Amino acid sequence: MANTMPIEYYQQLEEIQAVDFVIDELVLYLDTHPTDQNAIQQYNHFALYSKQIKQKFEESYGPLQKGSVNIRQDYWAWSGPWPWQV
Amino acid sequence: MRSPAPFPQRGEEIVWIYEKKLQYPVKVSTCNPTLAKYLVEQYGGADGELAAALRYLNQRYTIPDKVIGLLTDIGTEEFAHLEMIATMIYKLTKDAKPQALKEAGLGEHYVQHDSALFYNNAAGVPFSATYFQAKGDPIADLYEDIAAEEKARATYQWIIDMSDDPDLNDSLRYLREREIVHSQRFREAVEILKDERDRQKIF
Repeated sequence: MANTMPIEYYQQLEEIQAVDFVIDELVLYLDTHPTDQNAIQQYNHFALYSKQIKQKFEESYGPLQKGSVNIRQDYWAWSGPWPWQV
Repeated sequence: MRSPAPFPQRGEEIVWIYEKKLQYPVKVSTCNPTLAKYLVEQYGGADGELAAALRYLNQRYTIPDKVIGLLTDIGTEEFAHLEMIATMIYKLTKDAKPQALKEAGLGEHYVQHDSALFYNNAAGVPFSATYFQAKGDPIADLYEDIAAEEKARATYQWIIDMSDDPDLNDSLRYLREREIVHSQRFREAVEILKDERDRQKIF
């Protein structure tokens, strides 16, 4: 099962991981600095960007989370592969 | 006074949503059951990711409002770390034959669980809720949280010292750094609560 996905899968996933890491850091920072307007602005910027790149990823590789559209009509793409299989 | 609730963002709904990705990539160089045996300390050990997630999420109900968000977000991130550790253990052992597991000291594990993961520590002791507390005293709880992060950071360092897998060490260093960030945020939370307590004394 290892490394069976196309190179674009890993590239796009890594960008999502990087952007979501920025969000993770901003969220924890904002939890203890809830009135920092600059951080809120950064958070909103990356929250929107994350949504966009996830939507693009999901169009090719299926839903990242429940509630996302399953583009393919003939296959339930949630079925795999799972994070420990790629 | 409660501050108004912010509008919900993706991933911050009132239930937990599984996201089909790891927080940080996990690569392993070779099949290495010995390393998996050490890593399981962070899966089902006293200072591991499961204990951390359960500790923080459970403390939220009785902690002052100002710290609930932090405990929710760090507790949730610990589950993402648990998934990374599980991925490491799975990848390090999936191609190991029983003989290789035996040579790595995992013969007893194989007899009990085959190659399945199990919540126990590096010495095979099953996970226990006695690994963490909920004291109801916010400062006592947060000091435990800081200590937990520092112990987890130290454990990651000891595992890195034992590991000869450069790919795996990259992911382990990432997790070690997260423990430092969490510890620092918990220290800020202590200061926030102390400030609030001191203000209440003055007025």
